[in-house]
Amino acid sequence: MNSINRNVAWRNFKGVKWTDDVNVRDFIQNNYTPYDGDERFLAGPTEATNKLWGKVQELQKEERAKGGVLDCETEVVSSLTAYGPGYIDESLKDLEQVVGLQTDKPLKRAFMPFGGIKMAEEAAETYGYKVNPKFHKIFTEYHKTHNQAVFDTYTDEMRRARHSHIVTGLPDTYGRGRIVGDYRRVALYGIDFLIEKKQADLANCGCGVMMDDVIRQREELADQIRALKQMKEMAKIYGFDISGPARNAKEAVQWLYFGYLAAVKTQNGAAMSVGRISTFLDIYISRDLAEGSLTEEQAQELIDHLTLKFRMVKFARIPSYNQLFSGDPVWATLEMAGIGMDGRHMVTRTDYRFLHTLENMGPSPEPNLTVLYSSALPDNFKKYAAHISITTSSIQYENDDVMKPVWGDDYSICCCVSATQTGKEMQFFGARANLGKCLLYAINGGKDEKFLNKDGTHMQVGPEYAPITSEVLDYGEVLHKFDLMMDWLAGLYVNILNVIQYMHDKYYYEAAEMALIDTHVRRTFATGIAGFSHVVDSLCAIKYAKVSTVRDESGLVVDYKVEGDFPKYGNDDPRADEIAVWLLKTFMTKLRKHHTYRNSEATTSILTITSNVVYGGATGALPDGRKAFTPYAPGANPSYGAEQSGLLASLNSVAKLPYEYSLDGISNTQTISPETLGHHEEEQKKTLVQVLDGYFNQGAHHLNVNVFGVEKLVDCMEHPEKPEYANFTIRVSGYAVKFIDLTRQQQLDVIARRAHKRL
Amino acid sequence: MIEGRIHSIETFGSVDGPGIRFIIFVQGCQMRCQYCHNVDTWAVRPSQGCQWKTADELLDQAERYRPYWGAEGGITVSGGEPLLQIDFLLDLFKKAKARNIGTCIDTAGQPFTRKAPFFDQFQELMEYTDLLLLDMKHIDPEAHQKLTGQPNANIIDLFRYLSGIHKPIWVRQVLVPGRTDQPDALRRTRDFLDTLTDVERVEVLPYHRMGLYKWEQLGIPNQLADVEPPSQEEVDRARQILGAV
Repeated sequence: MNSINRNVAWRNFKGVKWTDDVNVRDFIQNNYTPYDGDERFLAGPTEATNKLWGKVQELQKEERAKGGVLDCETEVVSSLTAYGPGYIDESLKDLEQVVGLQTDKPLKRAFMPFGGIKMAEEAAETYGYKVNPKFHKIFTEYHKTHNQAVFDTYTDEMRRARHSHIVTGLPDTYGRGRIVGDYRRVALYGIDFLIEKKQADLANCGCGVMMDDVIRQREELADQIRALKQMKEMAKIYGFDISGPARNAKEAVQWLYFGYLAAVKTQNGAAMSVGRISTFLDIYISRDLAEGSLTEEQAQELIDHLTLKFRMVKFARIPSYNQLFSGDPVWATLEMAGIGMDGRHMVTRTDYRFLHTLENMGPSPEPNLTVLYSSALPDNFKKYAAHISITTSSIQYENDDVMKPVWGDDYSICCCVSATQTGKEMQFFGARANLGKCLLYAINGGKDEKFLNKDGTHMQVGPEYAPITSEVLDYGEVLHKFDLMMDWLAGLYVNILNVIQYMHDKYYYEAAEMALIDTHVRRTFATGIAGFSHVVDSLCAIKYAKVSTVRDESGLVVDYKVEGDFPKYGNDDPRADEIAVWLLKTFMTKLRKHHTYRNSEATTSILTITSNVVYGGATGALPDGRKAFTPYAPGANPSYGAEQSGLLASLNSVAKLPYEYSLDGISNTQTISPETLGHHEEEQKKTLVQVLDGYFNQGAHHLNVNVFGVEKLVDCMEHPEKPEYANFTIRVSGYAVKFIDLTRQQQLDVIARRAHKRL
Repeated sequence: MIEGRIHSIETFGSVDGPGIRFIIFVQGCQMRCQYCHNVDTWAVRPSQGCQWKTADELLDQAERYRPYWGAEGGITVSGGEPLLQIDFLLDLFKKAKARNIGTCIDTAGQPFTRKAPFFDQFQELMEYTDLLLLDMKHIDPEAHQKLTGQPNANIIDLFRYLSGIHKPIWVRQVLVPGRTDQPDALRRTRDFLDTLTDVERVEVLPYHRMGLYKWEQLGIPNQLADVEPPSQEEVDRARQILGAV
């Protein structure tokens, strides 16, 4: 980088280390200004913001009227440079403070065949579009896709497990996502410096002896460098030269967005997080404000327009994907607050500005705004976040106090709840294992209760261990068999993921994102658990009540008769909660035994997204009283109706789960009616802050907070056309959705979960 | 060991006293308020659903929620009618104070009398009580009798007694259209409250129908089956008359 450029761009910035090496954290720690004040400094939306957001809302309405997709690419394979410039509206383009779209038109979905050509075609066809047939030939005959490679490799056992949904939601037909490029690097250093560093890494990669890992690393570095060069081309299409560092706030926002845009033009991962950008951007905004080159109104406009762009990210999905992850989410997760390693909180005015976008432009599921919470955050900020929760139900909270010791003070959330050190780590995302079904396999000797062979017999999916033959279930016997079945499942699951991650690296490598992450990257291998609460309650039923089996003609157990009371997870009852902790530790310990691809570190989550409906739909009756093929409780939530002692007892149960065994996150979603929180907003804010303090001070990990009454949900389901519901956003397991975008079954599922409200 | 007859527990009470509170609903009440939303707590010795618990059992459980209480929270005993179990209440609050837990009683005042032995116990209980939430069912004796099946003279006396010892109270008026919302009666209530000291807060609670299913379940005829909740306007008017929050 030439030094004139550097002197201008980095004027008044402090610190040394970050100027020699790529080290954004060091830059932030040396330059950010904590803000302790309240929200009164914030500015409302500008006329330009109102016009642009108005236009986007019109487009969203049109999109909904067309069945969920406004426009779909059929002729061009998405890449960094596949399109000319695109704007929200040609006539409004001068109003856009932040430019760049995934394709040439707003909300138009790109054609992304590298994850799997069949899926890319099916996604288009679902919405009435036909992909040019030449691509079918290209991506089946001339170029292999990730999906084909995975299925070439799967064993029969893996296919059966996938078919029966004992493992499901696997990223074997689409991008694995969950990799957060450090998009801030584009702004702080400019592309040329980043290329220089990657070239040095390539020059130093290996000693000349070409082993697998060196060969692969060298090829990946070459791909990364190519992606960086293409990013410059992409920016040039919009009239920007991003080879050097950003010189002011407006450029910093734009440069950073180009980095993110590169990711969402090339990857269709389930989660495409933005990362921890607010403290970083605040440094640029503060400098401009001090220099008098920016007003608060303009600063807010920059953040509003950036957020607007995050609200517009779209991917073409197939119906079965939409069932798993309902409401068209992209998990453009964006974090704020947290506490630094030196003890200073990291709340800045820009953290307020991001939250304020929900007031300036109304509630929205994206970006997935996440407060990294600690009871030590300034009171003003806690109250403002509570205010935003109460008025929009659009944000989530994750406990910085448990994450910081593991991930430091510059981690991002790469999906809903999974932390990852920004620019230092990447994650192999791996969906989840269905422990409810695993318990049924333990009882039925590996035979599936739903899926049948062609001759009508139950499919043997798990190993053919001896089934339980007694009428009344014995706790010791069930536990022993469950333990063996979990051994099998953990091994199979990890190995399915090994196949997927290997092939994803090979055929759908995230060159643009990895270009913005250190070459010597730490990798986590993220597994997950579904059906958690039902397994815990089922084991409680077997242990504390009398559970008898009901068998079909073939002798397979298809239902259970429960006599007597039993403790349930979600009541702060140690008898149930001890089993919950045991279950998590046991499964995690089993996962750790297995080799994981690229020496990654195995982690797990208790998180389902909306897949609790699909997973439950594939799983038979359980001894806890859950009926066959009905939804599971989401994430780590207690089961519906299990909670008998109110919200705090429920929170206390979840808070007992040790984060250290579930480093990929423990998702909990709660709905509170406003009148339960207090008579008026001042009281409601205070109560909500106390709930958050109490919950997180006990070491809990995550909380989605919804504040509304069930009446509103019912009315919205019945009258989705009412204008006030167009942007009505609710938090579900780990993310937010517009309620009207959920399927009716999911809407009913959300309504069925008890809102915490006392008579 | 004294045990209380407990109907249920709510760990998250945020509108029954200051801050977040652990609510203990006791079993048994002698009032028969037409608008009661907890009819399942009426029977003093119900056939099912009631548990016997000691003060220490309850306090151990309550303290699990101390992390949420902040400076203001604590326990509130509601019901049912807490004062029907004054032996137990006294034991509970003594032990609560020993553990430095804030105490609050949510009562309709019906058992109150200045006669022994109740009054001696009540006087002692007040030493361990931070706050009382007192229901004003109706200021007019006749209307009160009709609405609740009980007279209100001793309840009015309880208000005066508490005022005399400067015990802080929150007064709660459930607003039932056609039953408790007559402006004249509300004004009389206000005039009466103005004669008292230490009324920290007056609350108007709009009648709601969410407890009706319990009447149906228990097969008790409900006279308000056709009464709708008051409108926001009516609530605001009542709040204005009563000087409520």
